Formats: sequence, structure tokens, C-alpha cells
Amino acid sequence: MKTEHPKLREFKFTLYRIFKNPAAIIGFSLLIFFTVVALAAPYLAPPKYAHAPYRMPHKGFSPTPKAPSEKNIFGTTSGQYDIYYGVVWGTRTAFKIGLWVVCVAGVIGIALGVIAGYYGGWFDEILMRLVDIMWSVPLLVMAMTIVVAFGRGLNNIIIALILVEWRWYVRVIRSEVLKLRDQDFVQAARLMGVSDFKIMWRHILPNSIYPVLIMASMDMGSMVITASFMSFVGLGAPKGFADWGQMVALARNYIVGPPDDPLRYWYTVVIPGGCIILFVLAWNLIGDALRDAFDPKLRRR
Amino acid sequence: MDTILELKKLQKHYSIRGGVLRRQVNTVRALDGIDLDIYRGECLGLVGESGCGKTTTGKAIVRLHAATAGSIHFHPANGDADMDIARVPRRRLKKMGLRSKLQMVFQDPTTSLNPRMLVKNIIAEPIRERERLTARQLEDRVLELLVMVGLTRDHLLRYPHEFSGGQRQRIAVARAIAASPEFIVLDEPTSALDVSVQAQILNLLQQLRRKLNLTYLFVSHHLLVVKYIATRIAVMYLGKIVELAPTDQLFADPRHPYTCALLSGIPIPEVGPRPARMVLTGDVPSPLNPPDACRFHTRCPFCIAICREQEPPLEKNGRGYAACHRKNEVPGLVATQYG
Amino acid sequence: MSAILQTRNLITNFYTYEGVVKALNNVSITVRRGETFGLVGESGCGKSVTVRSIMRVISAPGKIEGGQVLFFRDEAKPDEAEDLLQKNEADMQALRGDTISMIFQEPNAALNPVMTVGEQVAESFLFHRTASLARDAVARMQDEPGAYGLSGRLFKSFLQKAAGQDPRLPMLKIADRLPLLRRWRKPLLAEALKRSVKIIGQLGIANPEEIIGRYPHQLSGGMKQRIVIAIALACQPDLLIADEATSNLDVTIQAQILDLLHQLKKTTIQSILLITHDLGVVAETCDRVGVMYAGTVCEVAPVRALFEKPLHPYSAALLNSVPKLHQKGELAAIEGSVPNLVTPPTGCRFHPRCDKALEICLQKNPELKRMAQDHFVACHLY
Repeated sequence: MKTEHPKLREFKFTLYRIFKNPAAIIGFSLLIFFTVVALAAPYLAPPKYAHAPYRMPHKGFSPTPKAPSEKNIFGTTSGQYDIYYGVVWGTRTAFKIGLWVVCVAGVIGIALGVIAGYYGGWFDEILMRLVDIMWSVPLLVMAMTIVVAFGRGLNNIIIALILVEWRWYVRVIRSEVLKLRDQDFVQAARLMGVSDFKIMWRHILPNSIYPVLIMASMDMGSMVITASFMSFVGLGAPKGFADWGQMVALARNYIVGPPDDPLRYWYTVVIPGGCIILFVLAWNLIGDALRDAFDPKLRRR
Repeated sequence: MDTILELKKLQKHYSIRGGVLRRQVNTVRALDGIDLDIYRGECLGLVGESGCGKTTTGKAIVRLHAATAGSIHFHPANGDADMDIARVPRRRLKKMGLRSKLQMVFQDPTTSLNPRMLVKNIIAEPIRERERLTARQLEDRVLELLVMVGLTRDHLLRYPHEFSGGQRQRIAVARAIAASPEFIVLDEPTSALDVSVQAQILNLLQQLRRKLNLTYLFVSHHLLVVKYIATRIAVMYLGKIVELAPTDQLFADPRHPYTCALLSGIPIPEVGPRPARMVLTGDVPSPLNPPDACRFHTRCPFCIAICREQEPPLEKNGRGYAACHRKNEVPGLVATQYG
Repeated sequence: MSAILQTRNLITNFYTYEGVVKALNNVSITVRRGETFGLVGESGCGKSVTVRSIMRVISAPGKIEGGQVLFFRDEAKPDEAEDLLQKNEADMQALRGDTISMIFQEPNAALNPVMTVGEQVAESFLFHRTASLARDAVARMQDEPGAYGLSGRLFKSFLQKAAGQDPRLPMLKIADRLPLLRRWRKPLLAEALKRSVKIIGQLGIANPEEIIGRYPHQLSGGMKQRIVIAIALACQPDLLIADEATSNLDVTIQAQILDLLHQLKKTTIQSILLITHDLGVVAETCDRVGVMYAGTVCEVAPVRALFEKPLHPYSAALLNSVPKLHQKGELAAIEGSVPNLVTPPTGCRFHPRCDKALEICLQKNPELKRMAQDHFVACHLY
């Protein structure tokens, strides 16, 4: 009666658990929307400068934003940069920041955390003290140091974020590994003469990865918000770069309009800001859904 | 008789570290000088209460722990030179073939099987470690093992959580025999199972022992289960063996007061007249600082002066051994005091 | 002998992802006054769910969906029963730990790690015996006015109120919630601790005065289980429910606890409902036994009759599958495993594993039939 492969069956079951949750459906729809926008960016907003598509095109230098019109459907922000173009290409920037930071920090953190947790001893001791030291360095200080040393730019922000983010992954996965290390099935594998590397790869990693996946999905959002914040305070993307945070920063002086019409320039802040919020929301909803779906207590009868 | 394992003065101490400097503040003496011969083809039962060191003994033999002192001599069946398991460096265990020859079945099959591996891969793992086989051969081997433990081809592609407790323990047994071992430590293999299933597993283990010519060390706290499966029984108390005897002798003529108390303490699933109960007072002392001399003297109803001064050696008694100063008087004492 | 507790066609279901787990299917058992009734079965047979349903402590996805739990409070009036399922939660709370109390398998889970064991035993008195504690306190203050120091003097009127009238007086309830006024209870705590010392002493613990000041982690497993029993026995319940009370203990400690229950049975406790999977414990302690399988009761019999001549094929198979002291030959295992209760087998739930199954067993669920004096069996063979 059971013909499908068990891995497929488990996967279906996981999908079922994820999509039982209405929040997950919202999260994934938003994510799909952003993904489509990011992939289709060259068609949705053909770049003006082929060699540098992330530079937002602008006509004129007037600091006063212009309201949405037929030419600029989302209007223009300070410096006459086209908001529509910035928002579309900014999606790519957001994915770039999130994926780079989460993947690199995740891989570093997981590798170090698994090794430290599994072997323990002096390596673990040194690594964890290093992590403790890293904890004491505030993100902003780290980012400023790097920007001062290497100059302003998105890439440097990504490096700064990776440098502060890996410690989270080390901690989370190490605590999972410590729980698993003395489990009977790991001992049984040791008894069969399975090498340490294979034990880590086959027995420990698959059983400890889920909290990390959940954290990674939450992090995708929070990294984008942090990067936006750094762009806002002037450490991140340069002026005119298609990045949501940078666009909000451009609109800094137009958050509140003239006294008689305080909401006149709403589009300069609300559109890129809304993108940030929706992007973060999407990842957080997904993270929540994953947490519910992977929770071992709820998952198994 | 042909000996497969010889344990000599085996010790396992755990140090407890404390303070900022991680200095050793105390020692748990889980095993404190165990001498034991295990004969080829037998099923040796190891009983005792929790914390007495029975599981530690088993784990020391299969080298999940390194012993603190003492030796474990292993005599392989093929007549190779014997080796001291306690002394072989961990990295060389596999090369010397010790890993596959000494196996273990754990207490709780829900934790001893990797929840994210298919049954097929769980059982194939020890085979893959030993020899290179084609996928086809491997599957045939796994299937053969599954059938041997009473499962079928349908069970091949499933995850452990899809099985009942008894079936999971069968899978664990299949994995242990997949390595074609000579010796298996069975660490309370039925205590996590239901009574009706327990009998299935016990019978399966009996069959496999005969069929594959295995030697078992059956660790359990349940005397009736041990009685059913074991040929000889060793009783442990606080890291020491207090009595070792063939099963029938141990039940008919126990010579250590602790054995007597254990025997009279088991609830027997039979109605009718039963022997008077010998209830010990107090609890097992902590292995952190076990009593001096005879370790049982604090709870022993027949304790005399010498018990507080001298440690009784494990001495020959009939076909077995007992470690008690008054081992010849014990039957009489029990009869008069509790009869 | 009259009944003290009776369940009639108790039905409890659990609503889970896989479907409805039909955990109890018309469970009817009777515990008589003065007896020890054993409920045996394998894990998942519903024995714990039965007592949890009786005490109304079924957790989240579980729901009691039918039947009655009749409790006969007064020995003199054997016809007057209260249905525990109809009671409100406040009444149930007053009942739990007072007239019916329960001990659990895991003493570590039952004891609060940050309270001394004395306080935990005392809680039981404070909750159920406020008035009598207050009377003791008032009496003591008459002999010795400074007995409780300042709080005794200040809150004398409170104590008198509590002693004379219903302790659930609104005024006292309000006082309990106010920071300083709450201290009127201090003399009660002192009295409750005194009673705790007494009850712990009765359970064969040496120097109880010292023990009550300790925390659970400072005690050994057997000692903790004694404390749990002390809490359960504090208010001298009419019925004690012991859910696998000795299963996690070592053999020699288990012997101590069983011995203790034996002694208590002669002196303090009237009736015991003992839940266990260990047939040995049943044989040693019970008067009558109910055997459960997959949410149904399949046999109820006096312990001797059950062990000597089990009628239900499951009872017989279960008895044959445990190793005995005088074991002859191989153990007869029951093939297969316990059914999934989301889709239980039709008819008799044991029929797929039964070697005597008939045609009718597949279709019709057998009812409990009386076979002899006190011997009931639910099987189509009879």
C-alpha cells in the first residue's frame, strides 16, 4: 500500500505541517512574490546603465521628491531617483545581503559548532572563549571599524554582519550537538567503528540542523533590517544604490512634509520601508511555521 | 572451559571536577576492581540496582569507556593472539577488528536508532564499515538480517518512529548482529518494552545465541528475566561483584545476604505461598564515598565486627563464588531471622 | 463489601493529528471499600487514562466523552453516589488529595524542587484542613499566648474566624491576597508542619524533624517516593490511587515501598487502586484485578482466580509471557503488537493477536460477563 519513497512521504508530511499554518501561507506567498520580483528585475525595470544595474537612474538633482506620476509610478525620492526602480532592484540587494550573511555565517558556525561540540576539549574551550569575546563587540562598532578600514559599501557591511553573526550559529548548534553526542545511537555508531567525520555528518548533523534552519530563516529577515539600518546611518550602500535602507536614508528629510500637509511625501518612506517590513515579515512567518513543523514534541505522536 | 573475555581488577573512576580551576574534588568509583571470566557461548547475567556499575562494566568491555585501571583480555574465536581491550588505543580498535567483534544492544530502542535514517541504512551501516559490497548484495544482506530478527521486506524503507517498541528493538538487534560479532553486551534490552513484547525479544535473543554461536553479557535489574535467559549470574553491589554462580545455584542457594535480599525482593507473578520477605533498610550508599571494608555492611542484617574491618574476597563456593565473611552461615541466618 | 468507586462505560478520546485516539472504550470497573484493586495492562492500554479520567486530570487533546464515575462517599449510605464527572472544578479540587488522592510514577516530577519536602506535605493540610489547623492554633495560643510570636497575636481574630467557620470565608480569601495580611496563615503553617513530621514519621523515615527541612534533591529515590506517599496520605483519603508507584524504583527499594503499602493498608488507607504493568506487584499486593487491553477491560477477577485460571485469552497469554520463578520451557510470547487506537480492530480489540479468535470476534465487541463469583470476562468464548 505504501509505494512512495519514505523520504518523499516524510517531506509531504512536513509540507502538510507547514501549510496547516495559515501564517506560513502568507509568508511563503510573500517570499514567492519577492523572489519573482528579484528574478524578473531586468524586465520589470530595465537598467539604464547596463554595466551597473544597481545604480538608480535619476533625472535632475532637485532635492524635493516628486509624487507618483505616469512616468514614475511610485514617484521619485530626493535627488530625483526613481522609487519604482530602486524598490525592484532593492529586492535583489535584500536577497543578496540575507543569503550571503546567512550562508557564510551559517556554514562557518555549523562547522565550528559541530566540531567543538563533538570533540570538546581544548578546541571547544578556545572557540567558546573566542565567541564570548565576539559577543562583547557591538555590531555597530564592528561595522564602523570595517567601513573605516575598507571603505563604505554593501560588501563591507555583509562582511561585518558575517563576523558578528556566526557566533549565534556556533552556540545554537553546539548546544544541540552536546545533547546528541552521548545519545545511544551515536554511541552505537561509534561501536560499529564509524569514523568521527561520518558520525558528525550522518548522525549528528541531520538531527541538529533544524533549530539552525529555523534561526537562519528568521535571520534572513533580521539581516536585511540590520543592513538597512546601517545604510540609513550612512555606513552601508552609497547614495543612489538600489537598496531599501539607503532609499529610506535618502528620504530622511522628507519623512514629515510641510506643516500644512505633513503626509505629502509619504511615498518616499512608506514604499521602501514597507518593502523592508514585508520582507522581514515573510521570513519571520516562515521561521515560525518551520519551528512548529519541526518541533519534535508536536511532530511525533 | 573456553574463555572469551577475562576481566582483571577492572576499575573505572569518574573524577568530579569543581571550582574555578576545575580541580578534581571527588571520585565516583563506578567500578572498583572487577574480576570476571566470561566463557564462550554462555549468557552471563549481570544484575544489581541502579548505580552499581553493571552498565559501566558492559560499556568498558565494548570500549565505549576507557577503563581507569585493570585489563580486559579478549580471546578471539579464530585463535588469534589475545589482546587487552583496555589498553588498545581508541584509533586502532577498528583496525584490530575489535569493533565488529564486540557489539552492544542498548536499553531504549527509541534513542539507540538514528531517527533520521531508514531501517535499511541503519542495518547496513556496520556492514559498510566492514566490507565493500554492491548495493544489491548489501540489500540482500540487510534483508537476510531483517528476516532473522522476524521482520519483513516491507520494513526496509521505513523510519524507526514508524515501528512499535518491540520492532525497534528487533532492528537494534539486527544492527548488532550485522557486524557479525562474537560477543554482545545486552544492556537492559527489554526493560523499555512491554511484558508481552519482552518475551518475544528474549526468545529471539536465545535463538540468535544458539544459531550464531554468540556470547552475551546480559545486564539487567530484573532477576526473573535474567534467570530466564542467563546461564550464570553475577550480582553487583556498589562497583563490586558480590556473588557469581550458575543460575540454578544462585536461586537455590544464595550465599551473599545482598543476593538473598534481591531474590526475596522481586515480586513474583505467581500466587500461593511465598517465602518471607527480607526487606533491607536504608538506601544504596553513594559511590562517591562507599563504605569501607565490606561495602554492604551498612545495610546488612548479619553484619559482624569483621565486616566493618576487612573486605571479603570473592571466594570459591560450590560451583560459584561469593564475597562474604559469613557465606557459610548465610542460609542458616536467613532461615532463622526471616523464615 | 460495598463499592467506593465505580466507573460506568467510561469513554475518553484524544483528538490528535492522526485522528481520534479512542483511548477508553466503555471502561467499567468497581473498587470496593477496603480492598486493593489492581489495574494491569501494557503501555497504551488505557490504565493511566482511566485513573486520570476518574480524577478529571486529562490533559489537552483528551476529552472524557461519556460514562459515569460514581463515588460513594459515605459508607453508611451505599446507595448515595456522586458522579465526579458532573462536579465543578472547585469541588473536584477539594476532593483531590483529600478523599481521593493519587501517587505518581516519577517522584522527581511530583515534587517541587524549590520547596522543602516539609512544606510540600504541609500544603496538603493547608489546602484541605484549614479549619482544623486553625482550631489547633487557637487551642495552643490559649495555653501559650506567645506561641507564634507576632503574627499569632496580630491575627488572632483571623484564626478564630477560620477555626469557627468555613475557612473559605470571603474576608479570609481577601486577606490571603494582600501582602501583609497574608501572614495570618503563619501559625497554620507551623501547625501543618507539625502534622507533616508526624505523618512522615509514620512512614518509617528516621528523624522526620530533620527530613522536613530538606529539598527533594537531597533525598534518595526511595525516600522521595515515601514523601510523595506522605503527601497523598496526609488527609487520610478514602481511596488512594497509585499509578505505577514502584515501577521506577530499585528492587530492594521497591520491596520497602510495597511493604510500606502493605502496612498502611492494615492501618490507614481503606482502599487502593493500583495501576501497574508488573504482574508480580499485582500478585503480591492486590485483592482483585482488572486486566485492560487497548482501552477495554477484558477480565476482572480475584487475584487468585486470575493467576490460577485466567479466562480471557489475553490474560492467559500475558501471564505466560512473563518469566516466573519456576519457569519451565520457553516463554510464550504474544505475537504482534498493541493496535493503534486511532483505527482499533473491529469487534474484540484483541482478536488480531488471539489464537482462539472466532468469526464473531471480528464483528461484535464482547461485553463483560459474569462467569463465577466475582469473576467477569469479556470474551465470546464464554
